[in-house]
Amino acid sequence: MYKYDAYDQQIVDERVAQFADQTRRYLAGELEEDEFRPLRLQNGLYIQRYAPMLRIAVPYGNLNSAQLRKLGHVARTYDRGYGHFTTRQNLQLNWPKLEDVPQILAELATVQMHAIQTSGNCIRNVTSDPFAGVAGDEIIDPRPWCELVRQWSTFHPEFALLPRKFKIAVNGATEDRAVIQVHDIGLDLKRDAQGRIGFRVLVGGGLGRTPIIGEEIAGFVPWQHILSYCEAILRVYNLHGRRDNAYKARIKILVKALGIEAFRAQVEAEFAHLKDGPATLTADEVHRVSDHFDDPQYETLPAEDAGYLARLAENKPFAAWAKRNVRAHKQPGYASVVLSLKKSGVAPGDITSEQFDLVAELADRYSFGEARVTHEQNLVLADVRQGDLYEVWRTARDAGLATPNIGLLTDIICCPGGDFCALANAKSIPIAEAIQARFDNLDYLHDIGEIEINISGCMNACGHHHVGHIGVLGVDKNGEEWYQVSIGGDQGNDTALGKVIGPSFAAVDMPDVVDALIATYIDSRHEDERFIDTVRRIGLEPFKTRVYGDRNARLERKVAHG
Amino acid sequence: MAEIIKNGRVVTDDWQVLRLTEKDDPAAVEVPAGRVIVPLAVWQAQRPQLLAHAEAGVLGVWLASDEDPAVLTDDVLTLQLIAVDFPKFTDGRGYSIATLLRVRHGYAGELRSIGEVLRDQFFFMVRCGFSSMQPREGRYTRAQLEAALASLNDFAQPYQGAVDRAEPLFRRAARGAAPGTLAA
Repeated sequence: MYKYDAYDQQIVDERVAQFADQTRRYLAGELEEDEFRPLRLQNGLYIQRYAPMLRIAVPYGNLNSAQLRKLGHVARTYDRGYGHFTTRQNLQLNWPKLEDVPQILAELATVQMHAIQTSGNCIRNVTSDPFAGVAGDEIIDPRPWCELVRQWSTFHPEFALLPRKFKIAVNGATEDRAVIQVHDIGLDLKRDAQGRIGFRVLVGGGLGRTPIIGEEIAGFVPWQHILSYCEAILRVYNLHGRRDNAYKARIKILVKALGIEAFRAQVEAEFAHLKDGPATLTADEVHRVSDHFDDPQYETLPAEDAGYLARLAENKPFAAWAKRNVRAHKQPGYASVVLSLKKSGVAPGDITSEQFDLVAELADRYSFGEARVTHEQNLVLADVRQGDLYEVWRTARDAGLATPNIGLLTDIICCPGGDFCALANAKSIPIAEAIQARFDNLDYLHDIGEIEINISGCMNACGHHHVGHIGVLGVDKNGEEWYQVSIGGDQGNDTALGKVIGPSFAAVDMPDVVDALIATYIDSRHEDERFIDTVRRIGLEPFKTRVYGDRNARLERKVAHG
Repeated sequence: MAEIIKNGRVVTDDWQVLRLTEKDDPAAVEVPAGRVIVPLAVWQAQRPQLLAHAEAGVLGVWLASDEDPAVLTDDVLTLQLIAVDFPKFTDGRGYSIATLLRVRHGYAGELRSIGEVLRDQFFFMVRCGFSSMQPREGRYTRAQLEAALASLNDFAQPYQGAVDRAEPLFRRAARGAAPGTLAA
């Protein structure tokens, strides 16, 4: 992964000093609340429902073991011994003290970490594919490009106070695992007919209050020009994005208002001035950054490890885990492991300090000292020898990190919701936990197969509910928490926005609602058909009929029994 | 007289900013004597009378954050002071306006930020080509402004190019030195 040079280190050290001074002036009353707010937000610091929340950047989801240990240490020392991984691959601490934040940042800087631009109306942490560099379907490794975008966007003086937040994702594989279609800018690495590297550029995607799928603004921007091209997009947005209404301030609203043709014309006019300017990337710089992402020293191994195959045959729980949590690797004899942060009874994406230490240990022993965060809120050990998988499983299982549910119903994406977040209309974690508790039979889970349930506690959509096969959105009705359910959403190459099935439900009904949706699928599915495919084939009606029929029957029973 | 930051120093400054009310007619409003920064609409409406003042260096023009700096293309050699108004400090359009004035329209005179100008944005303003920053009167004491000068150097070697340093770090420096080895 990328290692800081002296310049990178200087910038994060200077940031620590800058934010320490801002915090000091705020606490001394020299900086008003309104003036401090955007400053602290651009450093990931929210004032939350019960306490501040600090969002620490994990650039494109890459972590090394020293960073994992440091996060564990920070959570233990300054918080309550746990953290929460988000859908943007970052880590949130729920209970730090405001006055401790400068010290936390100083600790993070010692392991090349920071909280820069993890919130606020600026260019946010760039996200990418958690299987970058190891996936078989990769065309071009996205990580060097993510790092180049990270550096370009860090403290960009022209784009520090945009109309609204701005999220960039980079994909470099055949299958999009970075959800680029729902980002403000989605960058899709590709090669042209001559084999030259460039980007297909999407713009104006996003979830939130007005979910929109991004549109293609450029079919191929050569790599040299990608930062200038992004700069052109950002400048048009900065000057012309709406600032009168925060709900209409994202770039997607501007793109929709102008239409993609007119927006493209403005960007192209700006790009004509910027093209071949100083921001043009050099081969030297791309090589310098790319060198950090060279393959680790893989051993030459047989494609299949005999010991591993034997363990699979004799140990059913291990085989169940391997089936869901182990992924094929481009290098013969290696595999990628997904450590599940979706154990029943634990908030999705939560991790304790002890688990941080253990993941660091596993990374050091079995995966070249590195790990990745997925936007589904799990962790990945990307480079594990097949022969080590059994030991990894045993150790992870003892630490509660080996729930064999990746891609299954209980692998729920979930925001912190009303238990923590000041923006939330409703709690989300208890809904996830109730659903996980209802579907605790592993054989049944495997029978249901691949399905994604995404839960957001409000329309800001941190839980990506629009793109869940089943999406759950917490809404407020006269001060009560209700849940709107949609189905048919999807992420990846077939990104689609789910459709709401009807009136919302009380929290207590949610496991029954999911039950009814799953029962409809089981009754209607063709062989080997996933839930989402069945929804696409038969439409919403059978699901609605079942869900609301069941609900009405429950209500009648309730009335009948007083 | 206001305390402002200009070319990296705190100075006392006697430019007045003329702001119109809704009732004022830009063509008829009287431009006060002395050094004055007038709204773009006044400049456009009264340009023939004001030209000599501008050439003498006692009249400047300010742009609102929704005004296109391209309208001043023909004036960049005449005007010795252009200001950009920040109606809220979170309104970041002024950074693009300043950048365009400097890079695209070749403006080389004094470029001043006015309105809700706060010290924690000085660094970004200087990077985007502002040469002077005029906070709201009374917002800061002279001592606070003196203290704020340090923030102009918050980041010694920023990554990306901007107006102050056109070249990004990867063109300015040989990258790759280990942390702790950077010469001060």
